[in-house]
Amino acid sequence: MSNLKVPTMAEMLAEGKVPDILFWVGCAGSFDDRAKKITKAIVKILNHCEVSFAVLGTEESCSGDPAKRAGNEFTFQMQAMMNIQVLDGYEVKRIVTGCPHCFNTLKNEYPELGGNYEVLHHTQLIQDLINTGKLALQNGETYKGKKITFHDPCYLGRANDIYEAPRSLIEKLDAELVEMKRCKTNGLCCGAGGAQMFKEAEKGNKEINVERTEDALESKADIIATGCPFCNTMMTDGIKSFEKEDYIKVIDVAELIANAIDIEG
Amino acid sequence: MVSIIVFALLSIAGFSVFFWNVSKIRSNIFLGRDLDRTDRKAERWKTMTLVALGQKKMFTRPIPALLHLCIYAAFVITQIELIEIIVDGITHEHRIFREALGGFYTFMISFIEILSVLALVATVIFLIRRNVVKVKRLTMDEMKGWPKRDANLILIMEIILVSCIFTMNGADEVLYQKGMSHAAYLGDGSMSFSISSWLGPLLFGGMETDTLNFLERVGWWGHVIMVFSFLNYLPYSKHFHIILAFPNTYYSNLEAKGRMTNMESVTNEVKLMMDPNADPYAAAPEGAEPQRFGAKDVQDLTWKNLLDAYTCTECGRCTSSCPANQTGKLLSPRKIMMDTRDRLTEVGDGIRKNGKDFSDGKSLLGDYITEEEIWACTSCNACLQECPVNIDPLSIIIDLRRFLVMEESKVPTELAGMLTNIENNGAPWQFSQTDRLNWKDEA
Repeated sequence: MSNLKVPTMAEMLAEGKVPDILFWVGCAGSFDDRAKKITKAIVKILNHCEVSFAVLGTEESCSGDPAKRAGNEFTFQMQAMMNIQVLDGYEVKRIVTGCPHCFNTLKNEYPELGGNYEVLHHTQLIQDLINTGKLALQNGETYKGKKITFHDPCYLGRANDIYEAPRSLIEKLDAELVEMKRCKTNGLCCGAGGAQMFKEAEKGNKEINVERTEDALESKADIIATGCPFCNTMMTDGIKSFEKEDYIKVIDVAELIANAIDIEG
Repeated sequence: MVSIIVFALLSIAGFSVFFWNVSKIRSNIFLGRDLDRTDRKAERWKTMTLVALGQKKMFTRPIPALLHLCIYAAFVITQIELIEIIVDGITHEHRIFREALGGFYTFMISFIEILSVLALVATVIFLIRRNVVKVKRLTMDEMKGWPKRDANLILIMEIILVSCIFTMNGADEVLYQKGMSHAAYLGDGSMSFSISSWLGPLLFGGMETDTLNFLERVGWWGHVIMVFSFLNYLPYSKHFHIILAFPNTYYSNLEAKGRMTNMESVTNEVKLMMDPNADPYAAAPEGAEPQRFGAKDVQDLTWKNLLDAYTCTECGRCTSSCPANQTGKLLSPRKIMMDTRDRLTEVGDGIRKNGKDFSDGKSLLGDYITEEEIWACTSCNACLQECPVNIDPLSIIIDLRRFLVMEESKVPTELAGMLTNIENNGAPWQFSQTDRLNWKDEA
């Protein structure tokens, strides 16, 4: 048993409470073993800062992103409309998510179907918590002397022009932020987007995540910071293919921050 | 007198054929589906000014950007001299601006001459990049044959054009120094243009007056003929971007790049499915034409997709930044645009010849773009980010996928599984929705 406090919207409603923000966990964050750790790190931070939040729990469903990118607009819109009914049923106004794909879909593609919310990526919320003094990093020296590089998720970076929030968090740590040769607008995809995560790559001479891992290795970073569960998987696999897992770690920005505040749990 | 008539006829023919070809391209573009891009005008003007006029996005690669800027600047400013040349053609009034503008005229032509030299240097470097150094993005598979010849031809035309300017100005300078220029009433000495004032005597000094007059006319006619050739070559060439870059950036997608278009036809169906009061047997509204889901051929794309296709100048920045292409996959965003344009030209010609219901049994998807290409895309938006004129290959790729998946049910096996999982249990993997919160209690 963990001592995380994870209220659901249903429980909150039963108690007559309305949380400030909904934490949209996403499918990877709910089911993928690696991504679940990122989910917990986000919850740790939310608990630590006493943010009033809730999750949908078993009422959450796929945002529809991979269906839309795979060309199945029917499946996407069915998912979107069902989700919008649930979200509007709870009168959700603000959403935070750890997945840039959910983030992009909820933020950009739900409004046309009637779902209007303020949607934040977890790095934006954490940045806000730090800026408003709600979160202080006591144990910033956890990463003292380490080099950290940030791999821009396409759906956070180019798709939504968010480059600074994750970097500003890394800069808060007592570590050195190093950039890969291709970064920000020029960043290279990990290979998972556009529903590629769920299929074998088409015929080629190299895997995209291997190409990207080479950039990361070249940067001489000790840690590849990610902001997307799919990038995390792809980069972790890439590092494994070079058998460098003892030298370079793939860690979500939320985990970096959670470790730096060293909260029990 | 004869030369005035020849010039007039050449001008009329040159402009008429050009506008006729442009009207064909315009009608081809309007074969596409409707799309409203008339909103946010101020933002659109700003985008066009920065991206097309200011070439903002070119400068992510500074060397080609700088070389391109030389040619662009020379091209734009030379139009001032072109006005003068046209007046000369019609009235035989030589260098009419000189008297009116005085010292400013000397400065202006000098400036044009310097830019022309820079443009010449840039053109030669561009030829070297394509044919000697063979820069990868300029020599990939889709660039073999016509696209390569097209690019070289434009560069060679550019060289001829600049040579004509210097032949004209150089010969005129020597004539002027001899007091024999047909602009002699403006005084004698030198015309004092930055380059031709020394290049002219260097090349043509000591020649007979008749020879010089002949050379001056060769330069003049050469320039005029090249201008009309160039103008009429444009609609057949990738080089049409010099015009279409402006409307294309004006009509840019101003939304977040991550936002994919919503299919309203699907929204209506889904709403019917979810509305318990909907009548499933209700007749379709009068005049509603059933539209294909996604795109199989060029007419299924929007007019903006088609404008994109004609605007593409095949620079290949999209392809060189594409993760799929870099790792040896078949996909090249540039080829998507070239295929769309080639197919559109074919369909447009077919419709003009055989009427609206023309069909040649071919389609963009299948005969031009293969399924393997479109399934290689990661939708990472690098191609859109890179394009110096805001072309969007991704929306074409997604529309082709939509057709394959929703009309043909042709989905890669693993993706079919993923879609079934989403439909059955609300996640791309086979996990039960009731287990979504299990992580909370796992150590």
